[in-house]
Parts: sequence; structure tokens; C-alpha cells
Amino acid sequence: MTRLNAAILLIATLGLAACNNPNRYGAGGAGGAGGAGGLNGISSSGLGDPHNPSSIAYFNQTVGDRVFFAEDKSTLSPEAQTILVAQANWLNKYKEYSILEEGNADERGTEEYNLALGARRAQAVKQFLIDHGVSANRIRTISYGKERPVATCDNESCWSQNRRAVTALTQGGGAPAGS
Amino acid sequence: MTIVRSLAFALGLALAGPAAVFTPAFLSPAQAAPLRLQLTQGVIEPMPYALPTFIADGPAAQQVASSITQVVASDLSGTGLFRQIPASAFIAPVTSFDAPIRFADWKTINAQALITGAVSVQGDKVVVKFRLYDVFSGAPLGDGLQFAGPVAIWRRMAHKVADAVYSRITGESGYFDSRVAYISVSGPKGARVRRLAVMDYDGANPSYLTNGGSIVLAPHFSPDGKSIIYVSYESGFPHVYLMDVATRQQRRLDDQPGTMTFAPRFSPNGQTVIYSLEQAGNTDLFTMNLATGQSTRLTNDPSIDTAPSYSSDGSKIVFESDRSGQQQIYVMPASGGTATRISFGPGKYATPVWSPRGDLIAFTKQDQGRFYIGVMKPDGSDERLLTASFLDEGPTWAPNGRVIMFTREAPGEASLPQIYSVDISGRNLKEVSTQGGASDPSWGPLLP
Repeated sequence: MTRLNAAILLIATLGLAACNNPNRYGAGGAGGAGGAGGLNGISSSGLGDPHNPSSIAYFNQTVGDRVFFAEDKSTLSPEAQTILVAQANWLNKYKEYSILEEGNADERGTEEYNLALGARRAQAVKQFLIDHGVSANRIRTISYGKERPVATCDNESCWSQNRRAVTALTQGGGAPAGS
Repeated sequence: MTIVRSLAFALGLALAGPAAVFTPAFLSPAQAAPLRLQLTQGVIEPMPYALPTFIADGPAAQQVASSITQVVASDLSGTGLFRQIPASAFIAPVTSFDAPIRFADWKTINAQALITGAVSVQGDKVVVKFRLYDVFSGAPLGDGLQFAGPVAIWRRMAHKVADAVYSRITGESGYFDSRVAYISVSGPKGARVRRLAVMDYDGANPSYLTNGGSIVLAPHFSPDGKSIIYVSYESGFPHVYLMDVATRQQRRLDDQPGTMTFAPRFSPNGQTVIYSLEQAGNTDLFTMNLATGQSTRLTNDPSIDTAPSYSSDGSKIVFESDRSGQQQIYVMPASGGTATRISFGPGKYATPVWSPRGDLIAFTKQDQGRFYIGVMKPDGSDERLLTASFLDEGPTWAPNGRVIMFTREAPGEASLPQIYSVDISGRNLKEVSTQGGASDPSWGPLLP
């Protein structure tokens, strides 16, 4: 099997994993269908080999692509800050990736407010990454409000997973395209 | 389309069309109180009415006459204000539109209102005429009316008849001949497909204006019902778009990269759009003049200022802000300036919407894990909660300010959001019948 075929197979497998395990790779996560949302925003980056430290798959699984928030809050917990320091270190090492910071809210709020809250969360992460050396022009933010839950049960165990900011990577310099 | 209204059946009491209110002129001095429902306190006992199937003028009209009668009944009984007396109770059938009314027959079965009608069809054109009677006065209530138009829009003509009946009995304008913009929702919770859609107020005649390829949210009708303003992720990022409903032509309103625009709503004159703009994590309110594209900042606060709505006279704006630490409702002048907080109860208050009558503000309240739709006066007094559930949000007003629609989503992995309506008295809560899931209703104007 050529390396390319192996990579495609791996991507396909990860794609299936994304379907079967939405808690880990939800539609709102890196490499999810329509990464930046909409017809024009579909990311075509492969996730790569999770054992390759420079791959998106490695970033997602080993570094950790997401942080979680308390209800109605956008402050970064010590746990979140630990993950984001690791993200910043990784992003400062592998500068070929651009970053879409996706802010999300749980379903226990109103639509408009949750869009704004998701934006606040994405901005909190963006600012933290900038403060830790990541170039601002690599990062764009987007809010999905409560429109993209990754966990769909009706209690705190799911809501806490949905109150998240996901650092979604695409290959290529600069901030992700689209406006 | 033309709906021609004619006073073809003048009955000697000159009233000015369906907007006319019932006046005591209809009554002889000996009569009891006029046939009139006061909506102020809500109606506990629905008014019984008889609605014999409209007379078909020929076999071609039979089906549409029957259908129109059913829709009129559905409109009237659907308000919770009126109760249809079953035809099986009738003493004698109505066989002619112009025959004299035997009021005794209708009194016997306790009908307070009687509606008779006739339908004729010629080619693709249908003519509907009706009369409304106050049974206990033994007199017509207003003039007979006639509507004519293409057969294809027979439902609208039925709604027009029901609006006229509602208006004459309540003294207020109706809301049946109106449309609702909304978001059609399908697919599982984790992968929803959302389409911008428009339907009749009762869920009939849905049409889909976007294809589901992008997330769409928060549609709002223009005051004339010809345009819809909404949020789409079409560019990859959320922005406000304006669509012409007839041509489906759309354009993005703002053009500021790195920002998110959302929560759009028209001013009462339709010339301005107010919306939220988020930049670097902070959300403030802006307006845009649709003719010039000129935008103006209205708030400048490190809080989330969103869900704005104009007062019916256009002089004020109500919106939600978390500047106090959590979502509360504020009122400020339409040009911006000092905002006054009006919500002070327990919990969070969101999505305030000013009634078209100007007398109330509807809102979403969130407290201790429950969501409520409520109303309060514009100064924040007299708060009343109308509904409660796992998730209720996003009220929108009927054109006459008497009914509210909103989104309700039940718990459960398989549940889809649905649109519900409730009387502002808190009565007559019911689901609007839609194809599949539906959310984000925006009730348009009463159609001309």
C-alpha cells in the first residue's frame, strides 16, 4: 500500500470515527463536514497520521483540540489553560497551519445570546493563543452558538461537552478563507 | 392576485367594511348586550357559532365550498374564542344563501353567531360570499362581503372570511390571512439541516427558500411582508442577509470581514435594519439604512447587547444585555443613548419583542432549568408568564397583538423543535402543524 493510500484509508477511518463518536470528532470539530460551515467553507485538509507529531490528527488527539467552559462563562479554567499552552507550543512549532477557533454554547440558552457567547469563548481562546506567541493573523474566530452540539443527551453530562471552543486547523498559511 | 371586496349585499346598515366594529345601532333598545367578545381578560367560555357548509353554486364549486368552510371553521375555532356547533345539531339545513334566516332554529341550538356563505367557480376563478348574523338580535352583523380570486388561493379567501368574522365580533383586526417565516429543521440533533421557509399562519402552503446547505437562523419579515432578513453561514461565517420573497434574490447586508452579524430585525417603516455585530468577542447593536447601506453604532458596551426590537411607533428599542452580569431586558431611544433596565424578576430575560399594539413586550425567561414565554408592559410592570417547558424561546406577535408564536423543543435525542402558539391570556396553547421540525417563527403582516 502506498503512503498516499494509507493516508486516505486513515482519513476515511477517522471520518467514520467522527460519525460513530460525535463526542470526540463532532461536526463542529476539526475536519468535520463543512469545517467553516456552509458550502464554501468545507475544509479539504487530511487529518494525517496520528503518530506523526506534525499532523492535525496528532494535534486533535494528543495535544487536544478543545477546551470547555462553565455555564454562561467564557473564562478559561486552569485545565483549559494547560491545554491551550500545549496548543500554542504546538502551533508555534508547526506554522503551516491556519486556525479557525470555533466557539460553541450548550442548548440551555437562547439562540442570539448563545451566538454571542460562542464568539466570546472563541475570542478568549484566540487571545490566549496570541498571548502565547501564536501570530494573530493565523487565527480567525467563528461562533456556532448552540447550533452544533456534539453531545445530544438532555443533561449536564452532554451540555458540558457542548460548551466548548475547538481549535480547527487547516493546512496553509494565514487565516482560514471566507468572510 | 386580486381579492375584490365588494359590498354586494348591502343590508341597509352602512358600515365601512370588515374593519368596522359592531355598534349598538344593530340592536333594538329591548335587546340584550351586543354580540361581542371582549378580548381584554381572555375568553374562558368560547362563543358557540353555526357555520353551515357554504352553498356551492354548481358541482364545480362543491369541493372548494366544502374546503373553504372547513378552513373558516378551523380559523375561528382555532382561536379558542369560538366553538363550532356540529351540523348534526342543526334544525334545518341551509339550502339557499339568499333565503330569509329562521333565527328561531339557530336560537334553539344556542348558536350566538351564524355564518352563511356561497361559493361559485368559473374556470380558475372562485367567488366567495358570506354573511354574519347575530342570532339573538335576529340581525346581520355588518354587510355581506364577497371575495374573488384564483381558485389556487382559496385558502386565503377562507382566511379573509374568518378575519372579517373575527373582526366584527371582537372589534379587533384578525390575523388569519398572514404568513410566517421560519426555519424548517430536519436531521438528528448533532447534524441539523436548516432551511429558510415561509408558510401560512396555520402551517399550510410551506415553501422553502434555501436548500439547507448552510446554517440559517432568525428570519424576520419586513413590515410589508415582501422581504425577509435572516442570518446565514453561506460565506462560511454568520452574516445578515436580505431576501426578496417573490424573486428569492438575496444580498448580504454587511461587508466587514472578521465580524459576525446576527439578530436582525426591521424598523416599523421597513427602511432600517437593527442587528448585533460581534467584533473581537464583543457584541453591540447597530442599525443600517437599507437605501444607503450606512451603518450606525447604537451601543458601545463590553457586554452582549442583542435581540433588538423596535417599538411599534419606531421611537424606542427594546433589547437584551448581560451588562448587569446576566441577560436582562433594556429599553432605549431608537437613536441609542441611555438604556433603562425593565426586567427585575428572578432568572434571565431574553429575546424581547414589542407588540404591534405597543402595549406589551413578549420575552423568553430562563429560570432554574425551565424556559418561559411571558409578557410585560413596556415599563417592566405586570409581568405574566404564558408558557413553561424544557425549552421555549423566541416569541413573535400576531399582526393584531393577541397571539404569540414561539419555538418549543422537548427533551429527547429524537425530538425536533416545533412552533407553538398561545393567546396572550395564556390560554389556547397549541402546536402549529408543520412538515417536520420548525423553529424561529416570525409572524408577518395581515395581507392586503
